[in-house]
Amino acid sequence: MKPVLDIEELTVEYVSDERSVRGADRVSFHIAPGEILGLAGESGSGKSTVAHSIMRLLKDPARITHGVIRFDGEDVLSMSADELRSWRWREVAMVFQSAMNSLNPVMRIGDQLADVFTTHEGLGKREALRRAAELLELVRIPADRVNSYPHQLSGGQRQRVVIAMASALRPRLLILDEPTTALDVVVQQEILAQIQELQAELGFAVLFITHDMSLMLEMSDRIGVMYAGRLVELAPAEALRRRPLHPYTQALMGAFPPISGPRVKLTGLSEGVRFTEIGDLEDTGGGHFVAPTGSSHLEREVLR
Amino acid sequence: MALPPPAPVSGRPRGRASLRLIRSLARNRKAVVGLAILAVFVLLALLAPALYPEDPSRIGSGGATPPSPEHWLGTTAKGQDVMALTLWGARSSLFVGVLAGVLATIVGVVVGLTCAYFGKAVDEVLSLLTNVFLLLPGLPLLVILAAFMPPGLGTVIIVLVITGWAGSARVLRSQSLSIRGKDYIAAALVTGERPLRIMLREILPNMASIVMTTLLGSVIGAIGAQAGLEFLGLGDANTISWGTNLFWASTDGALMLGQWWIFIPSGLAIALVAYALAMCNYAVDEITNPRLRKPRRAASATAPTAVQAAEPQGAHQ
Amino acid sequence: MGFILRRLGFYLIAFWASITLNFMLPRLMPGDPVTRMLSRSQQRLDPQQIESLQRLLGVEGGPWWQEYFGYLGRVLTGDFGVSISRFPTPVSDVIAAQLPWTLLLGGVSLVIAVIIGNLLGILAAWRRGGILDSVTPPLLVFIGSFPYFWLAMGALYVFGVTLGWSPLRHAFSVGMTPSWDLAFIADVASHVLLPALSIVLVSIGGWMLGMRNTMITTNAEDYILMAEAKGLRPRRIMFNYAARNALLPSVTNIGMSLGFIVGGALLTEVVFAYPGVGYQLLAAVQGLDYPLMQGLFLTITAAVLLANLLVDLVYVRLDPRVRVS
Repeated sequence: MKPVLDIEELTVEYVSDERSVRGADRVSFHIAPGEILGLAGESGSGKSTVAHSIMRLLKDPARITHGVIRFDGEDVLSMSADELRSWRWREVAMVFQSAMNSLNPVMRIGDQLADVFTTHEGLGKREALRRAAELLELVRIPADRVNSYPHQLSGGQRQRVVIAMASALRPRLLILDEPTTALDVVVQQEILAQIQELQAELGFAVLFITHDMSLMLEMSDRIGVMYAGRLVELAPAEALRRRPLHPYTQALMGAFPPISGPRVKLTGLSEGVRFTEIGDLEDTGGGHFVAPTGSSHLEREVLR
Repeated sequence: MALPPPAPVSGRPRGRASLRLIRSLARNRKAVVGLAILAVFVLLALLAPALYPEDPSRIGSGGATPPSPEHWLGTTAKGQDVMALTLWGARSSLFVGVLAGVLATIVGVVVGLTCAYFGKAVDEVLSLLTNVFLLLPGLPLLVILAAFMPPGLGTVIIVLVITGWAGSARVLRSQSLSIRGKDYIAAALVTGERPLRIMLREILPNMASIVMTTLLGSVIGAIGAQAGLEFLGLGDANTISWGTNLFWASTDGALMLGQWWIFIPSGLAIALVAYALAMCNYAVDEITNPRLRKPRRAASATAPTAVQAAEPQGAHQ
Repeated sequence: MGFILRRLGFYLIAFWASITLNFMLPRLMPGDPVTRMLSRSQQRLDPQQIESLQRLLGVEGGPWWQEYFGYLGRVLTGDFGVSISRFPTPVSDVIAAQLPWTLLLGGVSLVIAVIIGNLLGILAAWRRGGILDSVTPPLLVFIGSFPYFWLAMGALYVFGVTLGWSPLRHAFSVGMTPSWDLAFIADVASHVLLPALSIVLVSIGGWMLGMRNTMITTNAEDYILMAEAKGLRPRRIMFNYAARNALLPSVTNIGMSLGFIVGGALLTEVVFAYPGVGYQLLAAVQGLDYPLMQGLFLTITAAVLLANLLVDLVYVRLDPRVRVS
């Protein structure tokens, strides 16, 4: 099937006068329609950089210096600001890390939801508000909450509002950037169930970003692992769970307890270990790709 | 939001904060301009007695002559040399401004630290007092204070401190409170460090930049307030300062008679000094809040991520 | 509502503090206040004037608390005593005649400076590194560095004395009688223009930079990024999302800086011989009219506190979060 999103060699640099840092370095992957692709890695590994650059949301010191992003065959990097504007949210929507901060504190929930309809579908204010109320009910929030302000809702409700907003235009791809990090475990599960329910109903593809490997294994069809801006492993979730090939992936998996199953001892990346000179992914068969892991790619630093 | 890998963070931000601030100031263009202007004025103030040894307020003959080779900035209605008045005026204006500004900041620091350290009732009372003083309109307060107190330079300085401390206290209090909440202060408390030591060695050094900006702000405020007070005729009549120069210029009708050379120099001097201080202030702001720095290129806030080919290898390292 | 009540209580405390300060000040100074005041005022005072002074300075006898409550009661009923320089007019009458002019001048210049300054700040922050962002701030900071009264002097010299475009003094032309007809209003407008302009010019930089810096911080908020991701139009994001939120600190600032602005307006009045309370303050200082000085201080304080209350009401309208908490 033709991929909904196809990224080739995406390179993002944060440029400053003194030096420039690569936030993402020749990252390539694709997402099929309806597929859930997880992107894992520690903070600063470049997963959010990739997510934000898909919608071209990164700001000034950041620039995309290399690569191609194609959405449904269309070249995202050559879109004009106006084209981008009508493309955003209609085709790709995004749920940001903290719902606490992604809703405007001084605007009513309803107005923030209605914004989407007035902008993209040219609806009048009244009709847009009616649709906003419907959306709230879709995520099991009473429709009269359209008149509430964000601070009047709980953290979980707020994240639901954002998810409702994201599915408003039935986009083809939904990017979830650590959607549950700020929430407690119970609410976390509710939110994820909500997303799965909506996905089953609306059929969008998902790019799911988290550093929580157990959540990721639970949710995703395929998983990519990022380290220092590079993609070091990309495999079907099941294959990755059974046999992670890259030492970094192994460390990452060892750092989180499995949700069920026997108790295992947690292991992490031992201190002072770094990977350098990460090469391109190599196919190991069965859709399982991994970066070369010879000893020359691993650097051990002895801490003083 | 992913950022480039963070620089290594050490346990607690201590010690060299003020030194680092000074080093970054030396590299900031605004700070260099500001400091250069200030240096010129300080130098002129110091040199005034050497350049114009005789008493500049002595009434001379031939009043209100425009600038000439003999009197570079002309003379006043009383025949005094405007250049001499301006240079001598710098001495009092800078001295009073800096002294009152420093004193007001010290009061602010003490109040701020006390609020933060003791909290509860002490904080409630002191911050109520601060907010009340902050609300009282400064100039009318200056006027009644100056009018009732015995005239003199001391009164001017005291009055400026009374009206000026609250502004810095408010800022410094909230800053100290936020530092007070940090873990390393809790750690210091647990290890049994004494209150005074915690306030002076743990909290104070970590707000060096805020103390700096409030100090600069206080000095600007004090210079302006002094000028206003003197312009109303409430200053010390025996000192020569930029404010009293302007008071006499106005009283002698320099404005209506078109004698621009009498009132321009002192006002310009006040503005230049205030500007220089403000520039230093913005420099400190830019250093502590990188977001305020000038971007590398003009861009609107909602511009999509720029797409460009990688720069040639040598361009960045 | 709780928020407003708390603020109101605070303003009452502030006002009480300023009355008490007024009461204590003359009594804290060394020596017998009346004699000192009399020796400082060189002209002869007639017995009634002396009595007015004595009442103010509390030499009427009795324990201090009796004096204090008497003073408090008189002030709260608007009785500030009798003016010495404009004897025998009561201080409250003198002030009542001047206050409207100050409200006009101060109000007009405050509103203009706040609106234009904030608008410039919004636009500058929106396009970082643009002309508005790089050229205007240093320029306005420089202009803002001048003392209010000096810029007023400069404006008066250039536009009044040299070019003759503006009247030189007063709030309306000599010979005109105050009324609501068009000619008089136009005359008042022509007199208020230059002083207001000079206040606007000095104060606008502060508003602009304050707004610009808050906007820059606000622009980095997640809800702005979210609005952008939603594909909203830049203008809508700028005004409804960014500026709307950045306005809140700006409104708080209006309250904080009112006292300072009033001071500037007072000195500007002095330069233009504009018949407001500032000009009267100068007259009081020159005439050693202590009752008038104190009356002016209390009136101006009350006005500033009242304006702060208005600002609070606006703030409550703008920020839903304080409405409930």
